[in-house]
Amino acid sequence: MDLIAILHMHAELSLTAVFILMFLLDLFLPTPQRHRLRPMACILLALQLLANLWPEEVIAFGGMYHSTPIASVLKSVLTVGTLLVFLQADTWLQREDTRYKQGEFYLLTLSTLLGMFFMISAGHFLLFFLGLELATVPMACLVTFDKYKGHSAEAGAKFILSALFSSGIFLYGISMIYGTTGTLYFDDIPSRLVGTPLQILALVFFFSGLAFKLSLVPFHLWTADTYQGAPTTVSAYLSVISKGAAAFALMAVLTKVFGPMAGQWSQMLCLVIVTTITIANLFAIRQNNLKRFMAFSSISQAGYILLAVLAGTPQGMASLVYYIIVYIAANLAVFGVINAIEQHTHGQIEREDYNGLYRTNPKLTMVMTLALFSLAGIPPFAGFFSKFFVFMAAFHSGYYLIVFIALVNTIISLYYYLLIVKAMFIQPNEQPIGHFRTTVPMRISLLVCVAGILVLGILSGVYQLLNDMSLL
Amino acid sequence: MEYTILILILPFLSFLILGLADMRMKNGLAGAIGTASLAGVTLLSYLTAFQYFMRGRTAEGVFPTLMPYNFEWLPFTTQLHIDMGIMLDPISVMMLVVISTVSLMVHIYSFGYMKGEKGFQRYYAFLSLFTMSMLGIVVATNIFQMYVFWELVGVSSYLLIGFYYTKKEAIAASKKAFIVTRFADLGFLIGILIYGYYGQTFGFTPNFGPHGELASNTLPALALGLMFIGGAGKSAMFPLHIWLPDAMEGPTPVSALIHAATMVVAGVYLVARMFPLFIGYAPEVLHWIAYIGAFTAFYAASVACVQSDIKRVLAFSTISQIGFMMVALGVCTSTDPHEGGLGYMASLFHLFTHAMFKALLFLGAGCIIHAVHSNEMSAMGGLRKYMPVTHWTFLIACLAISGICPFSGFFSKDEILTACFRFSPAMGWIMTGIAAITAFYMFRLYYGIFWGAEPDRQLPANEGTHTAHTPHEAPLSMTFPLLFLAAVTCVAGFMPFGHLISSDGQSYTIQLDKQVAITSILIAIVSIALATWIYAGKKQPVADRLARTFQRMHTAAYHRFYMDEVWLFVTKKIIFRCISTPIAWWDRHVIDQFFNFTAWSTHAASDEIRDMQSGNVQQYSIWFLAGALLLTLLLLV
Repeated sequence: MDLIAILHMHAELSLTAVFILMFLLDLFLPTPQRHRLRPMACILLALQLLANLWPEEVIAFGGMYHSTPIASVLKSVLTVGTLLVFLQADTWLQREDTRYKQGEFYLLTLSTLLGMFFMISAGHFLLFFLGLELATVPMACLVTFDKYKGHSAEAGAKFILSALFSSGIFLYGISMIYGTTGTLYFDDIPSRLVGTPLQILALVFFFSGLAFKLSLVPFHLWTADTYQGAPTTVSAYLSVISKGAAAFALMAVLTKVFGPMAGQWSQMLCLVIVTTITIANLFAIRQNNLKRFMAFSSISQAGYILLAVLAGTPQGMASLVYYIIVYIAANLAVFGVINAIEQHTHGQIEREDYNGLYRTNPKLTMVMTLALFSLAGIPPFAGFFSKFFVFMAAFHSGYYLIVFIALVNTIISLYYYLLIVKAMFIQPNEQPIGHFRTTVPMRISLLVCVAGILVLGILSGVYQLLNDMSLL
Repeated sequence: MEYTILILILPFLSFLILGLADMRMKNGLAGAIGTASLAGVTLLSYLTAFQYFMRGRTAEGVFPTLMPYNFEWLPFTTQLHIDMGIMLDPISVMMLVVISTVSLMVHIYSFGYMKGEKGFQRYYAFLSLFTMSMLGIVVATNIFQMYVFWELVGVSSYLLIGFYYTKKEAIAASKKAFIVTRFADLGFLIGILIYGYYGQTFGFTPNFGPHGELASNTLPALALGLMFIGGAGKSAMFPLHIWLPDAMEGPTPVSALIHAATMVVAGVYLVARMFPLFIGYAPEVLHWIAYIGAFTAFYAASVACVQSDIKRVLAFSTISQIGFMMVALGVCTSTDPHEGGLGYMASLFHLFTHAMFKALLFLGAGCIIHAVHSNEMSAMGGLRKYMPVTHWTFLIACLAISGICPFSGFFSKDEILTACFRFSPAMGWIMTGIAAITAFYMFRLYYGIFWGAEPDRQLPANEGTHTAHTPHEAPLSMTFPLLFLAAVTCVAGFMPFGHLISSDGQSYTIQLDKQVAITSILIAIVSIALATWIYAGKKQPVADRLARTFQRMHTAAYHRFYMDEVWLFVTKKIIFRCISTPIAWWDRHVIDQFFNFTAWSTHAASDEIRDMQSGNVQQYSIWFLAGALLLTLLLLV
């Protein structure tokens, strides 16, 4: 076996190096120096970004590992997102009850990221599954990070039980694929797929496994409880990074491996998209807890992402990655604001708490408003363009009705996003949350997010670049 | 010539800095930043012009079209895309010089004029934005970029006209300007879309089918005609001129900037920019432009004769002069300056000279208003003794606009008249007549301000705030721009304009048509003499008698022939009542109710499904499995 091939896996290799370095730092850094962990984690991750700057096609270990240029772009995007999450985690990790284990937070997050990297560029179902598990199990630990506090433990239990269940079904699906085709290599499977009932069952089981990660209806029920219970930073991470990776992997596998069964899976996706967006919207309307609300919002956003998967074209792939980038910027901005306010007020995350926020914290309110506008898809913010491209991709592939239903749903989503804006600007409040300054890392991350929301839409070159890459 | 990008970046930066700092910045500093950035732009524009014209001509004998920057911004198809960039060709370089010069003068002048005004910083920020947008129009590499900056000009002019936002008239004027020009821009946008769709480009060289199948069609003519509507809005062509006189509510330097050199000539520039297409695809549209221009010129000149507000006189005179420029473009029949293409050069020449002397007139009017605290001619008279600089520079500008040799206006107007005579003698005589009216009303204005009886200054002009005082000359920051522009007005006529700009790009030597020149000078002198006879004295018996005799006409002209009332009738009585009211009913009762229903049903559905989210993990798993099996079932059946 050609072991040199491992050197070509820049992204994974460098991330592993970061992981090991962080591990050693966590072990050997003396207590007075421990506050250095935070900047170190950010710097190392930024350096890792450099290692992955030049996207190229890599095939290693006989096709077991297959990374495309667009996949390495996504890896960079996910790394940037994780970096933003690290910045936002700052205040939370300085608390008395978390400070001593902050090293664990970085290590667990990095290992889930590594799992996602493997999942994104797997060329074999076994590697895919390992990546998926690596991205899931440490996640459960992250969800229970505040285990003595509130619902964190409950959230963790619900997450790990649901995850195990979905993994079981996913593995079952893989075994059926092996049973009917005799191989697990992505390159070999398509020629042996004919659409027998067993293969259909395999397809659905595989899909449910990823649908769990993407929290699509009806595989989404863990989402709200978990987001609510988990530390806000972890919810943010779950909602964007993990979701982005899963969406990309789903599209890659469906188009590459299950290509011959496109007729079947597109039918399935249509149904799932419609139910996901609609039901998530219906639930989002009645949420008062902002973290629960964001859970349902992220479910419906996943439905929009699936439109790109449904398109199944290179254009769809480009719009999917673009959507993920924009979604990361907007969602992390919202979670950042929620996080800042939660940390400052020791746990105020109801919508009523935000009444009259504009008077005391105009800047935070503006960030939140911009981000919500972007999520709702109001021009000229980036969210409008990302939705537009996704709709265009699905439209070009001929799914007119689905696009129409999705469009109607954006109107409903506008309502609940604006509810928060209304609370902040219009709703009167005798005792609004007092004025406060966010920490510097948080401000940097919010600034980056706002820049992304404002600039990504106007710079047409970004999408163009992605489009050119996914054509390769 | 990569530095040309700075011409756009500098004013934009200054806008950002001044706009963001706003009141936190000291007045003087804000003005200095704005003026310094504009001075930079002006220097760069001169440098650009110098380098550009010194580079020499290509083998074909034309100046090359340069594009130092052009990047694809929004691609639609491989052919059709919106670009952003900078284009340099003779007319855009000429416009750079005109705009930056006048804008710089206005910046300097405003130091004195706006001194102590509240919102000084905001004023300079808006000036920068306006200048940036206007420069963006002229360097646009394609029609869509032009449109983007075109709209920016609309917005920033709205902000400038409504600068005194506590004054009711100013608010109304700014809204009117914005809505009227915006209404016209709708035509522009539709024109652009038709042009882009059929021509497969937003650039200035379209491709109407592989063998020009569409060229013989009416589509290019339609597109160009619609574009002209946009130009007519900005350039205040009849009947879209109504916004301009009201726009005088803005600060006077703003009037000098917007209504002399920049925004109002945008339409002329647009037609000049699309000139080869007009000649190629729609010569008949071009002639319509000529007729509209001629009528506008006449209409505005006749109204200008009876206005008493000095800024309004200047406003109507601007409309009239823009009409001249449009006529000159419209009478062209080919791109050869020797064979009916003379008007193109004449029009741009007049644009150039007019920008200078009209800015001078407006700035002079600003000095006068500054001195007597009134716009009305009745508050003036005999000012020549108190304000010598303003008086002499104003006189020079009046002579220039009347077409007296050797001031710049003479040369450019002479070329326009020559072009008109070549088109048809009738057009030539009509335009000569309008030129005579121009000389008449300008000297009526001049005598009304600087000669005639002095008003009784013992009465307080404005209760309390300004105690009456004898008028005095303006400070140096205000007189310097006057002197500079007057100098330009004196010498600009001798520049070899035809060598730089002509309709086919070849060098063209301007020859004065002696017959036309002598006729126009004679007629101008007669008009001036007439004006002197009627208005120069302390008492004006002739004027009063004329006004009494033709009282009906006088009143009608004073009310601008009731054009505003006509528009009000059309909008309020016809559009609002017959179209808007039914639509509003439909909106309120059908559309709104539909959405109320949607909201209600969404809430109801939301209530129905709430049990799904029970909190039991076991139940979650059942849903999970059921979902998977349901999907399988769906695919198997």
